[in-house]
Amino acid sequence: MERLEGESLIMPYTMKNLPEKESVSHGRGGCAGCPAVIGARMVSKVVGDNSIMVNSTGCMCVNYGYAGATNFPYIHSLFPNAGAIISGIDAGLKAQGKRDGVNLFAYCGDGGTVDIGLQALSGAVDRGHKFLYICYDNEGYMNTGSQRSGATPYKARTSTTPVGEIRSGEPRLLSKRKDMVRIMADHGIPYTASASVAYPLDFMNKVEKALEVDGPSYIHLQAPCLVGWSLADDMGVAVARAAVQTLINPLYEVTNGKQYHITLDIKAPRPIEEYLKMQGRFAHLFSKDCSEEIAIMQRDVNDNWNYLKHLASFN
Amino acid sequence: MSIRYITGCNAAAEAVRLAKVEVIAAYPITPQTHIVQSISNDVFNGKLPAEFVAVEGEHSAMSAAVGASMTGARAFTASSSQGLAYMHEVLFYAAGLRAPVVMAVANRSMASPVSIFVDHQDSLPQRETGFLQYYAENCQDILDLILLAYKVGEDKRVLLPVMVCFDGFYLSHVSEPVDVPDADSINRFLPKDPKYPYLDVQNPKLFNVMAFPEHYEELSRDRYVSMAEAAKVFDEANIEFEKLVGRKHNRIETYMMEDAEYALVGLGSIMGTTRVVVDLLRESGQKVGMVSIKSYRPLPVLELSEILAKCKGVGVLDRDVAFGTGGIVYQDISRCLINRKENICMRNFILGIGGRDVTIPVIRKCFLALIENKETENCDVYWPGENASLWSAWKENR
Repeated sequence: MERLEGESLIMPYTMKNLPEKESVSHGRGGCAGCPAVIGARMVSKVVGDNSIMVNSTGCMCVNYGYAGATNFPYIHSLFPNAGAIISGIDAGLKAQGKRDGVNLFAYCGDGGTVDIGLQALSGAVDRGHKFLYICYDNEGYMNTGSQRSGATPYKARTSTTPVGEIRSGEPRLLSKRKDMVRIMADHGIPYTASASVAYPLDFMNKVEKALEVDGPSYIHLQAPCLVGWSLADDMGVAVARAAVQTLINPLYEVTNGKQYHITLDIKAPRPIEEYLKMQGRFAHLFSKDCSEEIAIMQRDVNDNWNYLKHLASFN
Repeated sequence: MSIRYITGCNAAAEAVRLAKVEVIAAYPITPQTHIVQSISNDVFNGKLPAEFVAVEGEHSAMSAAVGASMTGARAFTASSSQGLAYMHEVLFYAAGLRAPVVMAVANRSMASPVSIFVDHQDSLPQRETGFLQYYAENCQDILDLILLAYKVGEDKRVLLPVMVCFDGFYLSHVSEPVDVPDADSINRFLPKDPKYPYLDVQNPKLFNVMAFPEHYEELSRDRYVSMAEAAKVFDEANIEFEKLVGRKHNRIETYMMEDAEYALVGLGSIMGTTRVVVDLLRESGQKVGMVSIKSYRPLPVLELSEILAKCKGVGVLDRDVAFGTGGIVYQDISRCLINRKENICMRNFILGIGGRDVTIPVIRKCFLALIENKETENCDVYWPGENASLWSAWKENR
């Protein structure tokens, strides 16, 4: 395994003590090599059988609700209401004295989180229900054929931001993209974090921490889409790793909406070209001279990292 | 049992207390809001041991109620108008999950233009979502029908969500004497024992997974059959209800129908006015009657067919508009009579829209139009409560 750069937090989970058991039976409906499925496996190892899973409409309801099955109860909500369904489950269990010992979590895509599900999620954390919400972010509506979402990055080609004669790719700058981790942290909830499928220990320990807090918690997991991003089946984790190494996806956590902590310090970040060049959705940037656009992206990534370090400096 | 002088909203809240609802999720909207205000008061004062989820919108209100129901908890919500329309997709979801949520609907018209006053344009378009729909004629009905809604909805043969609808302001905000049953009777009537699969870590199941064309139709048909069963279960429940509480409800209530030649059919508070008009016309020798529909879903098709086929003329009162065809209830009543040999004159009266008062003269006008078999310009649809001068000025200047 490639040595990871930087120092991590104290990690209860290591490669030696990962749970062997997965709370998912075999035969799932996801694509081969799908990073969101890899993320779901990691989650299932941490949450265990005493869990209830909510999943808004997206790839994951094809993964579990179609050809596979979880060992814990599972409910596919509608597209916009995972936050409200999970609120009702929390309240229902509490009212019947059955809440203790149950890990209640949602595992939903970016469309169901950043866009259509944002209201219900915001309401649910505002009311302080106890649950963990994980957004697996593949940066678009990948289940319906790679359309643009509120999480799609600058210049990415999607089926609704195609490469055209007069415009190419997503026009909204990276600096203007909704930052879900900060949006959720600013609700003042006990625990919020970013994560990557390429850093399983970092992710799984964040899941563990999130389950322990009394109240809502949120983890934003970047999970590249092999189909939508035009990646080979074995490239999902490598691209996710590049996102972390280029600071496209900095790994950090926020406690009580105030204490920012960078969980993986990248001392020598790689230039973002390395990340962009790996993906078909950015190929148009390299077919002609797009150095200006790439420079804008690099500037936004640097600014974001500096801001994050600034926030973390208050600890 | 005690007679109390309470509003329709408070009658609904009493029913929620008596049913020992465990989770209430709701969002404010006039004229429903008093129900959930009253309930939250009880929760915050420790009188009702329940979770009150003050959601951020009606879509989430129904969703949270469904989520709670899917843990086996008894759940309630209430809404009106735009709020109900906003929930629309979740209504299908609730019915498909067989989550026996009960919802009170204080009927209110739909924007635009904005109106807070009653018509049935909010709940009637939800009639095909898989929800049972009961309509109250008075405040007593509201209380009783909510209790019956839990009994019927939670029955293993039914397992469907229920809407209990009542006219905004005319019932929601008007006080009437209501006989409130004692808690012991209702504890016996509504034991808490969920008879459906729910989210249980001891017995894990997957909910709302994909159904393909090989299976989907039978699942729909199963709901259709359960809806039909709900009629039988309602009647059984009323035998028990009568024993415990001393009164019963019928899926359709009839008045003076034994020898009626002309009848008006409808739902909601206007049927009380219709009873009065029946009395008045009977005094002058007219053989008229009325049928008030309490269970609109399931619709008592055979019962309505038998009763109405004896009439020469049947008029349907629609406090709603089915744009481009007539009234919504009219379509359903026509369906009840479609394969009969009898030749029955049918007329549709659209009235009371956007809270317009439906008075004795308006209902009398409906009866007389039916008896005289009046023709309108080109169809069977009348607007008996129209403001004629406003309408002609509008037509000239639009």
